[in-house]
Amino acid sequence: MNSTAAAAIPVTWTRPRTQATWIERLLDWKPFLIIICLLPAVGLLVVFLTYPLGLGIWMAFTDTTIGRRGVWIGLENFEYLAEDPIFWTAVFYSCFYTGVATIGKFGLGLWLALLLNNHLPFKSILRAIILLPWIVPTALSAIAFWWLYDPQFSIFSYFLVQVLGVRDTNIDFLGSPWAARWSLIAANIWRGIPFVAISLLAGLQTISPSLYEAALLDGSTGWQRFRYITFPMLLPILAIVMTFSIIFTFTDFQLVYAITRGGPINSTHLMATLAFQRGIPGGQLGEGAAIAVAMIPFLVFATLFSYFALARRKWQQGESND
Amino acid sequence: MTDTAATAPAQESAAGVPERMAWDTASRRMVTIYLPLACFVIILLFPFYWMTLTAFKPNAELYNMREFNPFWISSPTLDHIYHLLFRTSYPSWLWNTMLIAIAATFLSLVSSTLAAYAIQRLRFTGSQYVGLAIYLAYLVPPSILFIPLATMVVQLGLFDSPFALILVYPTFLIPFCTWLLIGYFKSIPYELEECALIDGATRVQILRRITLPLAVPGLISAGIFSFTLSWNEFIYALAFIQSSERKTVPVAILTELVTGDVYQWGALMAGSLLGSLPVAIFYSFFVDYYVSSLTGAVKE
Repeated sequence: MNSTAAAAIPVTWTRPRTQATWIERLLDWKPFLIIICLLPAVGLLVVFLTYPLGLGIWMAFTDTTIGRRGVWIGLENFEYLAEDPIFWTAVFYSCFYTGVATIGKFGLGLWLALLLNNHLPFKSILRAIILLPWIVPTALSAIAFWWLYDPQFSIFSYFLVQVLGVRDTNIDFLGSPWAARWSLIAANIWRGIPFVAISLLAGLQTISPSLYEAALLDGSTGWQRFRYITFPMLLPILAIVMTFSIIFTFTDFQLVYAITRGGPINSTHLMATLAFQRGIPGGQLGEGAAIAVAMIPFLVFATLFSYFALARRKWQQGESND
Repeated sequence: MTDTAATAPAQESAAGVPERMAWDTASRRMVTIYLPLACFVIILLFPFYWMTLTAFKPNAELYNMREFNPFWISSPTLDHIYHLLFRTSYPSWLWNTMLIAIAATFLSLVSSTLAAYAIQRLRFTGSQYVGLAIYLAYLVPPSILFIPLATMVVQLGLFDSPFALILVYPTFLIPFCTWLLIGYFKSIPYELEECALIDGATRVQILRRITLPLAVPGLISAGIFSFTLSWNEFIYALAFIQSSERKTVPVAILTELVTGDVYQWGALMAGSLLGSLPVAIFYSFFVDYYVSSLTGAVKE
């Protein structure tokens, strides 16, 4: 009995190994595997991101129009733009829009994050609700703002005129340049608050409570705790979120395109909407590309800002960089 | 590395109501926390309330604010939605958007999973720099790319075709997804893979049987993020698609429904509401994944 069992064991014990086919062996060869894995991502990015970026810079120095390949004309596009008051208005408004909207978003977003960092009932539902403006397509919420800013039927005007009686006439939100500019900034801040608040909330939650306890024992005031603990600890994540926010506010397109399309009298054009207007419906692709390329210095500045902030302090969220 | 130390006490205090100081009374909390919070919530939600209200309001009420209270609907109507669904090509816009968003999400998920795995697990010389380059690609906004891309799309014969969008959307989806998944793969212990290697598994088997199943939450976050971003994309869809029935919802509402000088506000708001609902519903199921992907704080 023992001998039969001993004889049977080796037979059942080793399962015959199937010989690896050449495909399996190739997939196990590391250099090949690395290339195969990186190919789709890198390929897509090179073809549809790096190449167009170069092409765009080249086009900025040509007189390409729709249906005609351009020839090299040097700096002519930029010379033309330098004398174009509409372009300078767009540059001014892009900077103004980015500056004011960023201050507004970060001021209010930080406040909201600090509020949410308290012990609250229904915290997760609250967080979900607050993120809604960020989730919904911007073009669609922009249409809602367009309707809220309607010269005749704006609910804000109704509220001020009929309910509160503060004003006699309706506010013409989008009719005059400065009113339209501020209205767009308000809509941008509304849309940006959730992202800032939720990102900063994540940063706030990584700050160790023992720091606050130690500060409380030392008799610190609320402002001192914010100034010397919360703010410095939040700085790395703040720098990153701010870089992203600045880049995407500066190159914003949908909000302005949906609400004013650059009007009234070209006062609310951002550089992106002006580039679109000149390039696609206007057909002057070269000039549009030149306007788009003119945005690059600003973006490089913002990116360097992020890079040095990153290099100075490691981002708390990520792991060590090695 | 300080994360574990930092989150542990935070979780403890979150479990029970924290002790309050003497000055931290209920009324003080009401004024300093609940009141501003309520204002924030009202301001953030008001445009949606207004959108919904307008979508179901008959025109007679919409344009007569003196006789009807504008903050409520006395006789709700489905006219605007009916008009949208049966007299415009709204269903086909929705279908296009859905199709493009799903295809672009799938494409970018597959390529960024592979890329993230190669960068994080198949360590090779320069893998860090590839990772950094992909991250930098995220900082290139669509606004400076759409003009050269439009000429490329025309040359490739993809103008006015959904494939143009499906191929172009991954340029802003892949960087984010790869970045997210690299962080996620990092959190999976490497020892698991070493064990599998010792047991004679091939790399492909390791990816399929060990790494991917463990990275499912990360894949879900990346998927939701990609889906919402592709659904919301505007400038490429505006520049590359011309024929009315092939447009995506955000573009079509702005370019097809806004006609003439008299805006059909009811239909516009109904269109915006219906266009926002799919993302909002999709998002509400996975809100925690979304938040964790937004903040990059993937740790579990």
